[in-house]
Amino acid sequence: MKYNNEMPIYLQVIRDLKKKMITGQLPLGAKMPSNRELAVVYKVNPNTAARIYKELELEGLCYTKRGLGTFVTGEEVQVETLKEEMARELLIHFMNEMRDIGFQKKEILTKIEDYEEGLE
Amino acid sequence: MILESIGLTKIFRMKPAVLDFNVKIEKGRIYGLLGPNGSGKTTWMKMVAGLTKPTKGMLLFEGEPWNYKNKAKIAYMSTEPFFYEFMTVKDVGEYYNDFFEDFDLVKFKKLIKENHLDEEEKAKHLSSGMNAKLKIIATLSRKAELFLLDEPLNGIDIKAREEIVNMIIESSSDENAIVISTHLLDEIESFMDEAIFVKEGKIIRQVKAEETRMEEQVSMKDIYMQIM
Repeated sequence: MKYNNEMPIYLQVIRDLKKKMITGQLPLGAKMPSNRELAVVYKVNPNTAARIYKELELEGLCYTKRGLGTFVTGEEVQVETLKEEMARELLIHFMNEMRDIGFQKKEILTKIEDYEEGLE
Repeated sequence: MILESIGLTKIFRMKPAVLDFNVKIEKGRIYGLLGPNGSGKTTWMKMVAGLTKPTKGMLLFEGEPWNYKNKAKIAYMSTEPFFYEFMTVKDVGEYYNDFFEDFDLVKFKKLIKENHLDEEEKAKHLSSGMNAKLKIIATLSRKAELFLLDEPLNGIDIKAREEIVNMIIESSSDENAIVISTHLLDEIESFMDEAIFVKEGKIIRQVKAEETRMEEQVSMKDIYMQIM
């Protein structure tokens, strides 16, 4: 994964894992890689890997079974909520930026449609 | 704390190679010792490994003044090749196994296989990437408490670098501390816990990587470029 090295690495890995949960690359109830495997895959140190799992657990997106490892939550509603939250976050950012440069709702909607149809 | 370097100084021909190094190294962490060539990284590592004596200052290993017995718990990988040319890959493993009590021959063989090194190949016939891998495998196969890796990523191709990085990450545990000297910031930026910036024999700054990114929105490379 390519990082923005000016931002905490662990937050970027968390975001990537969340996207994988939303898209089903990490399906509900799936076993997550071990700390060490996660560390190697994302080129982070094992401390950071442990921290990532701790954060995801706190958010209810993962859970740990003693001796068995870490698993993706089995509850669909958690991942659905996550998807909505992420979409909302992206939307807020986009709308704020568009309004900052003077676009109104109607113009923005047209822009989106044109973009999707390949006119822009 | 596994190691504390207090005012460690080495003077070579009237010139300080290392001047007043104050560093604390803790288990379970990976440290980047960052600075250009000739900034004192190697000399400091050699003092910690017991290969050269400090002119001044003190080293504490697990809270006690450093003594030669600590060598058994310190694995130092120098920049020079360190096995005889006539040795095969397999011989290197056996040589290390005889030499170091904490050597894990099973781990050595496993890593040799995973990294596609041929056991029967002579060390002198290995490519520079393969040679670098053999060196790091031999070093990381010790169950040492302190690993000092001097420029493990220099002069090798991108694939070998990635494999070496993976082996370092896999070997990191709560039971050891790993210090990597390098000026290749991009290669270790994402996995070092702490960065120690060294210039002209002196430590300019020591920071915790993730905290610094969080608080100052800067990368370790940004700090390096600013200092050097």
